[in-house]
Amino acid sequence: MNEQDLWRLMRRVRDGKMSRRAFAHRMAAFGITAPMATQILAFAGVSPASAQSVPAYKPTRAGGGGHLKILYWQASTLLNPHFAVGTTNQDASRVFYEPLAGWAADGTLVPILAAEIPSIENKGLAEDGRSVTWKLKRNVKWHDGQQFSADDVIFNYEYAKNPQIAGTTSGSYREVNVVKLDDFTVRVEFERPTPFWADAFVGAVGMMIPKHLFKDYAGANAREAPANLRPVGTGAYRFASFAPGDMLRGERNPNYHLENRPFFDSMEIKGGGDAVSAARAVLQTGDYDYAWNLQVEDQTLQRLEAAGRGKVNIVEGGSVEFIQLNATDPHREVDGERSHISTQHPAFRDPAVRQAMALLVDRQSIQNFIYGRTGPATPNFLNAPPRFRSPNMKMEFSVERANQILDQAGWARGSDGIRQKDGVRLKFLYQTSINAPRQRTQQIVQQAARRAGIEIELKSVVASVFFSSDVANPDTYGKFYADMQMYTTTMPQADPQRFMNQYTSWEVSQKANSWQGRNIVRWRSDEYDRAYREAEGELDPVKRAALFIRMNDLIVGSNHIIPIVQRPLVSASLNNLRPVLSGWDTTMWLLRDWYRET
Amino acid sequence: MTQYVIRRLLIAVPSLLGISVILFTVLALAPGDPFEELATNPAIPPEVRLQLRASLGLDDPIHIRYFAWLTAMLRGEWGYSFVSRIDVDRLILQRLPITLIIIGSSQVVALLIALPVGVLAATRPYSLFDKIANTLAFVGFSLPTFFTGLLFILFFSIYLDWLPFVYRTQIDATGWRWFWEHVKQSIMPVLVLGLFQGAAWTRFVRSAVLDVIRLDYVTTARSKGLPERTVITRHVVRNALIPVVTLVALQMPVVFGGAIVTEQIFRVPGIGSLLISAILSNDTPVIMAVTFVFACLVVFFNLLADVIYGWLDPRISYR
Repeated sequence: MNEQDLWRLMRRVRDGKMSRRAFAHRMAAFGITAPMATQILAFAGVSPASAQSVPAYKPTRAGGGGHLKILYWQASTLLNPHFAVGTTNQDASRVFYEPLAGWAADGTLVPILAAEIPSIENKGLAEDGRSVTWKLKRNVKWHDGQQFSADDVIFNYEYAKNPQIAGTTSGSYREVNVVKLDDFTVRVEFERPTPFWADAFVGAVGMMIPKHLFKDYAGANAREAPANLRPVGTGAYRFASFAPGDMLRGERNPNYHLENRPFFDSMEIKGGGDAVSAARAVLQTGDYDYAWNLQVEDQTLQRLEAAGRGKVNIVEGGSVEFIQLNATDPHREVDGERSHISTQHPAFRDPAVRQAMALLVDRQSIQNFIYGRTGPATPNFLNAPPRFRSPNMKMEFSVERANQILDQAGWARGSDGIRQKDGVRLKFLYQTSINAPRQRTQQIVQQAARRAGIEIELKSVVASVFFSSDVANPDTYGKFYADMQMYTTTMPQADPQRFMNQYTSWEVSQKANSWQGRNIVRWRSDEYDRAYREAEGELDPVKRAALFIRMNDLIVGSNHIIPIVQRPLVSASLNNLRPVLSGWDTTMWLLRDWYRET
Repeated sequence: MTQYVIRRLLIAVPSLLGISVILFTVLALAPGDPFEELATNPAIPPEVRLQLRASLGLDDPIHIRYFAWLTAMLRGEWGYSFVSRIDVDRLILQRLPITLIIIGSSQVVALLIALPVGVLAATRPYSLFDKIANTLAFVGFSLPTFFTGLLFILFFSIYLDWLPFVYRTQIDATGWRWFWEHVKQSIMPVLVLGLFQGAAWTRFVRSAVLDVIRLDYVTTARSKGLPERTVITRHVVRNALIPVVTLVALQMPVVFGGAIVTEQIFRVPGIGSLLISAILSNDTPVIMAVTFVFACLVVFFNLLADVIYGWLDPRISYR
């Protein structure tokens, strides 16, 4: 099918001569997934049926739902979304504060404070990709009765990008300009054509705080604002009480801007404890309605689920557990720095060794015996949303083939059974953070490698050290002073642009940037850099998706990284609770739609 | 006496300073970073983390940070939590009442068990009662609280479904129902701690009473024809309790410090759980404040124990 055929089909859908479903079927025949087909239609001016992204809301009046009890094993500590470190605080803030739009589970946008999602046909998106115009809902009031308007949006933009405030949201606002068009319209302007425009004011970084309460605290005194601990937002629940590190309570906002919402009269988020007992409190005793982020072995979850009171929710996101094979030499020091970018790894510079390593990771067994439903095996680094998933990568586990490849490449077994070539022995240091499933994965890889004449020494580091930015500590993942390492990287948005910068050459983690660069494996490729630069400015969603798929294939195909399992979000809820969850936004992103079936 | 107390207080100042230096250095040398979660999140530019570190003074050399902390402490400012972004004293004050109630009542339970059982066991040594009490006491203090806690949860919450195992500070009820709900959720943590402490103290009371009961003056009292009850309460227990009082006074800082593991298991938002979450998130000012308060309490109650000891036993003089 060429481009003209595609356009003809799209016009037929637009004119109502062809159903969306038939279109999706035609596309599927050409290997294009349904979400991608939807995206193509959106580009042609056919708006996606947004009702499909969010399940139907049944209650016919607001309130009357009683008390909603949510359990987090990690307690929230602050309620200013611009200070939020970590998801617990973002979730807690999201109960009261709302962004202009949120991300649904399928990676599409749902308007919250915006009247509509900007698109080309409603003139919200500029054709040149250099600005996006948001129209705000007019009937939104802050919990204290003040009107929500464009001034609040502008204020949030200025607040977030102010370096004195050091907001965790600043990354989304520093490179854009926001102007007020009228009281209920704002325009976000970009320096360059920007295909991923839904960053500022959207999702976890987009929560709106009220100008009238924060304007006197928009500088170095930001932390003194009383509203930091007593939020006044626009959300479906308004603030009742908060004890940092323990409990957050909200009550129904009677003036919420959407009818029949919310269902519950009051809600609470209790924090603390551990994940297993949180799962128990929902699945086994039914004391709580919902338990967040259950990093619990699947076998345990299945046993608890057998009580029949609740169920486990598994929501796909972009997080992926993967192994990195160092491209640089961690054992040689150059300018006071190991794993220096000017060096090459003595063994991993041979593609045969990397390929053998990839063949020695038994992903299927890791899924079956360690992660279960909470970690489906994957051959790809970029897994979601589905339109960005590459069909080209394969996962294979074969010790024989690994042996064969190494034999062919001239890595011969020594007297101790360890392969070597030109004085380089295949003996690797494999590090990760302390976490039971990770140690078990390490062992599975170690055993398979031994059968192929590769010796792997295992090392595990306390998570708080491994993931720290401590420049003085040699054991951080950013320094990567080991041959191999393994961890999970998270994907905070439904767009892979920021996620995929992990392999660009300018992001290499090194001493010069205090090991803050995101390219930790230190792999570099001109082709990858070019594809990334192109994707940054590519406005055609289909071509752009193809570029990201190409990037995935480049890095995964190099075998410098070996994806293992996806890490979806796992939570538990009572059987009669209808939570609306998404892997692309905070847990509370659509709390207004949660209800209990009777 | 007054002189003695003043002298002891003056000696306490350098030891507290020493403690604070050690705490501060250890915390500064310990690995980890309060903003570690920012590091793994690709949406947050690294500059933000560096800015935050700078604004909270994390990049200053350690001695400058120490003196900044010390002068602030002398002015009564306890520091500012990196994680909650509020003053540490507010955090601690929020947690204190719950800790005092839960841990305080567990100590009361422990005393209520230890005193009668210990005294009774000592007056009839090697009787059946003594043997049973001894066995139970050994069982009690050899089972760690995290184990009994889980056992209680499995039995009372999950198997019998009688008691809730998630402690909630705010309960939507008034009057008796409110009180009853609070009692219900406190039973397990209080008993877990109380039984553990009580078991240890029972052994201690028993041996203290046994030491005294063999002395000649007790025999004298008995031969005077005093009823056994009077001999025990007036002559034996009063003297035997002197070391027990010291022990209990030295335990008091623990009451304020909370019981880390138990609070974590039952989700009791006390000082102990504040400390553990602060440690896990590298929230240095909170760790520093809680441990320092703890150190002050230990010093203070040590002094108090010495003073009480002298008051109970006039043979001891202060020089």
